[in-house]
Amino acid sequence: MRNRVFAPITLAVAIAVIAAGHFVANDYFLSAAYTVLQFVVLATAWNILGGYTGYVNFGSAAFFAVGAYTTVFLHKWLHAPLIAMIVAGTLVAGLLGLAVGYLTLRMRGVFFAIATLALAVVLNTFVVNWDYVGGARGAYIILPREVPFGLPRYIHLLYAAMALMVAFALIVARAIQTSVIGRGLAAIRDDEVAAECSGVPTLRLKLFSAAVSGALMGMAGTTLPLYLSYVEPSAAFNLSYAVNSIAMPLIGGMTSWLGPLIGAVLLGTVQQVVQVTVSSAWNLLIVGVLLVVFVTVAPNGIIGWVEALRRRAR
Amino acid sequence: MEISTALVLNAIVAGLLLGGFYAAVSVGISISFGMLDVVNIAHPAFIILGSYVAYTVHERFGIDPIAVSLVASPLYFLLGMAIYRIYYLCFERRGQESLRGLAFFFGILFITEVTLLLIFGVDYRLVETSYSSTTLRLGVVDFPLRLVVPFAVSMAMVVGLQLFLARTFFGRAVLAVAQDQLALRLMAIDPVRIKEYAFALSIATAGVAGAFLIVIQPVQPAIGREYIGLVFAVCVLGGLGSIWGTLLGALILGLAESFTSTFFGPSWAPAVSFGTLLLALAFKPSGLLGR
Repeated sequence: MRNRVFAPITLAVAIAVIAAGHFVANDYFLSAAYTVLQFVVLATAWNILGGYTGYVNFGSAAFFAVGAYTTVFLHKWLHAPLIAMIVAGTLVAGLLGLAVGYLTLRMRGVFFAIATLALAVVLNTFVVNWDYVGGARGAYIILPREVPFGLPRYIHLLYAAMALMVAFALIVARAIQTSVIGRGLAAIRDDEVAAECSGVPTLRLKLFSAAVSGALMGMAGTTLPLYLSYVEPSAAFNLSYAVNSIAMPLIGGMTSWLGPLIGAVLLGTVQQVVQVTVSSAWNLLIVGVLLVVFVTVAPNGIIGWVEALRRRAR
Repeated sequence: MEISTALVLNAIVAGLLLGGFYAAVSVGISISFGMLDVVNIAHPAFIILGSYVAYTVHERFGIDPIAVSLVASPLYFLLGMAIYRIYYLCFERRGQESLRGLAFFFGILFITEVTLLLIFGVDYRLVETSYSSTTLRLGVVDFPLRLVVPFAVSMAMVVGLQLFLARTFFGRAVLAVAQDQLALRLMAIDPVRIKEYAFALSIATAGVAGAFLIVIQPVQPAIGREYIGLVFAVCVLGGLGSIWGTLLGALILGLAESFTSTFFGPSWAPAVSFGTLLLALAFKPSGLLGR
């Protein structure tokens, strides 16, 4: 399918998902759906650097939190409208992604992964010590009383925004994957030196994919303060964002845009169910166990598994 | 700001004592990551596991936590062997260790942490030993035994490991395994077996270091994450695969953290280790005493 066809279809699906939200009477289901959608964005974003390019980013939580705290900052400073906060958070996280992209210049593989983990903790410490955005105490965000577009409650707006972000992230991820950029990234993933030798502009591509990946993760975080109406560093920098955004693409399959989507919807839904029926500690345990089981048993994820089955059937 | 000599001297002593403990925490990573190329980011989880084992036995039988951990170290060794077996079969043999191996250990980290959380809850736990509240004074400088005892045992452990690795046949085989596996095979040694034992050794040191941790400060399942940055910072700063380098890196980081919390406040301390790690990775990835 051509991207020009794919984009309108994705948008139409997103609008259908938003419209379906209007018929949901219980706010809990909307908020659960919001969380799952947020993980779709995070997983898709992580996959652009992790899956396409082969650089493991353990610092997803840092980008996510940068998006969230940009919102807190703008809300406190200017009472900016939602769309401005989303755009700003995306841009700031994109800049951070660009900086992380420069790290790939000197570090390959494991060192890069550890550096991103370190980056998350350093940023966390800065936010804890930054009083303007609440420091360790956290910050309250008071939601506006009127909800725009005649929506019944504020969660409907956030849900709609997140559904549109999902559509945007998927369109971007698919466009990258099917274009010449995606082939360049795949070449870097498979053999960076060989790619460089055959004329792939590796640095520019790595910077690009790190920036896009970071920007999309930040975008997912921009609505978090409004969703929780209160953020504190340990909520925004929660390591569960990092483990989820790695586990979901790995479980779904990392070579295409569809993998993170499948993984995130599956794992996100399972987590929501477990959280309600059992407890929230158990749901992290399940993510961990599934991550370990999938990397050991089905290293190419659900997509790779299905493809192998199909090949055997033929 | 007026800085008194006593304050500086105390910060130095506290930093060195802390550094000794950091060496015990990181020496396992120096073996697994530095010598074997196994990126065990779950290392801190085994430290916390060791803390809780020491805590549980101490609560039930009143045995000193450090003694407990030394007795339990063969168990940690077996655990390490089992984990390496899985890691080898699933990743190393297939040549997929880089990305998927990392994700594997990340998952192990989470499983251990959440399991401990489900058993013990989020409360901080501390072990009170007979020497916990004793402090020796030398002039103006304090030597809290709470730090001195772990420091002494971890020094013995680190130096012992260095001698063991440098002097014995097994130790030299471990050093060789990362460099030339074929040569080892020609000497009729199975490199996988060597890696398995060496990895198990690194997990055993983590378990023992866990007992030091719970003597020094209260422990909660999630604090293991704070040590991820620390252990890698120490190893990278000191030079990968060098035990003396690890010791040096640990003492430097201990001093840096102690000075930061004395003069800027403890809430900045985590940034020191991770910041050092970022700088070391970006500017001197081979470390101070690197090969």
